[in-house]
Amino acid sequence: MVSVLDRDSELRRRAWDAAASVVDPEIPVLTIADLGVLRDVVFAGDHVEVAITPTYSGCPAMNMISLEIEVALERAGFRRPKVRTVLSPAWTTDWMTEEGRQKLRAYGIAPPQASSSRRALFGEQAVACPQCGSENTELLSEFGSTSCKALWRCKSCREPFDYFKCH
Amino acid sequence: MATANIQVSETPLVLYALRRADDALILGHRLSEWCGHAPMLEEDMALSNIALDLIGQARELYTYASKVEGKDNDEDKLAYLRDIRQYRNLLLVEQPNGDFAQTLVRQFFYSAFADLYWRAMMNSRDTTLAAIAAKSEKESAYHLRHASEWLIRLGDGTDESHARAQAAIDHLWAFTGEMFAVDDGERALIHAGIAIDPGTLRGRWLQTLSNVASEATLVLPENDWMQQGGRTGRHSEHLGHLLSELQSMQRTFPGLTW
Ligand SMILES: [Zn+2]
Repeated sequence: MVSVLDRDSELRRRAWDAAASVVDPEIPVLTIADLGVLRDVVFAGDHVEVAITPTYSGCPAMNMISLEIEVALERAGFRRPKVRTVLSPAWTTDWMTEEGRQKLRAYGIAPPQASSSRRALFGEQAVACPQCGSENTELLSEFGSTSCKALWRCKSCREPFDYFKCH
Repeated sequence: MATANIQVSETPLVLYALRRADDALILGHRLSEWCGHAPMLEEDMALSNIALDLIGQARELYTYASKVEGKDNDEDKLAYLRDIRQYRNLLLVEQPNGDFAQTLVRQFFYSAFADLYWRAMMNSRDTTLAAIAAKSEKESAYHLRHASEWLIRLGDGTDESHARAQAAIDHLWAFTGEMFAVDDGERALIHAGIAIDPGTLRGRWLQTLSNVASEATLVLPENDWMQQGGRTGRHSEHLGHLLSELQSMQRTFPGLTW
């Protein structure tokens, strides 16, 4: 016999898992849970409502992410899911999970510095090469292939690499 | 067939959000004009990325203005379906790209201001504006660093790059005063803790400028005669040309969506 409470929390967990499986279309190894973009899943009446927070103001992936969350929830059997965007508190790269950071590194992208202090924001800390781990690296361009990345180069192994900027 | 202009009920808070949204949209559009034309690939990506940040900020501010106004003027209508006299952006941001130096100096003047402005606005009593500020502040910090580095490179570069950078500073200087001006409606928001007084930032803004200018061997103008009008809808003809391009799709195919 399952209590109402258990059933509700089980339902919420299923909804959360479905939403959490959605990946960032620009960095498909990262889920929105890894990124810290997925904020909350609640049941309002007979439908599920997912709260997400945008990463960068101009991130074109957010519309796509909202749509994919709706699709994922419908596929998991939730009818008429809603996605709500919350601006406050503002997202920061500090919310990226440790697992997310490791996935990024394995994918060849240097993860953001652990604390998005102003020093980190201005790249005054060394960024380690995701290929060889060397900290003998240099910034090539502040603005990379997407709004969240900068282009760096490793001076040890000579490989260029993306760095997920602190934000 | 032309689409009718929308009417906006400009309460002080709606007007406040529209002004900042228009600054970001118009400057973002100007930078997007460089897409595919910048002097090198990295710079093409940088300017396009900065444009994207600004247009993202504009969207959040328009969405908020729309919510506060409470009619059915959504972000797209606000961006595309107003007449030139209804735009509230600074004259600075509508100035043409000119050469690369002019684009960078315009960006430098604006970003040095936006960086301070949004950081101060993070303490706004209005939680939506504070949240928008928290994002915009970090973005502006990157934009400012990018423009500062270029200004130093150009000013302390060749005779030609130095002369062009100096000419751009002299030309755009008169458009900077408007950033610090405040009218009665905005003053009420400042007293209520919703907005901050930009006038209090001018000293630090000048300090940023003079630090970079001295490293760039460039000189800031002495004159303090300032051109104003953008905040009340009196614009240069440059904005008209920009809007005819910005609005052309919505004016030709009303209600078009992606
Ligand atoms: Zn390496």
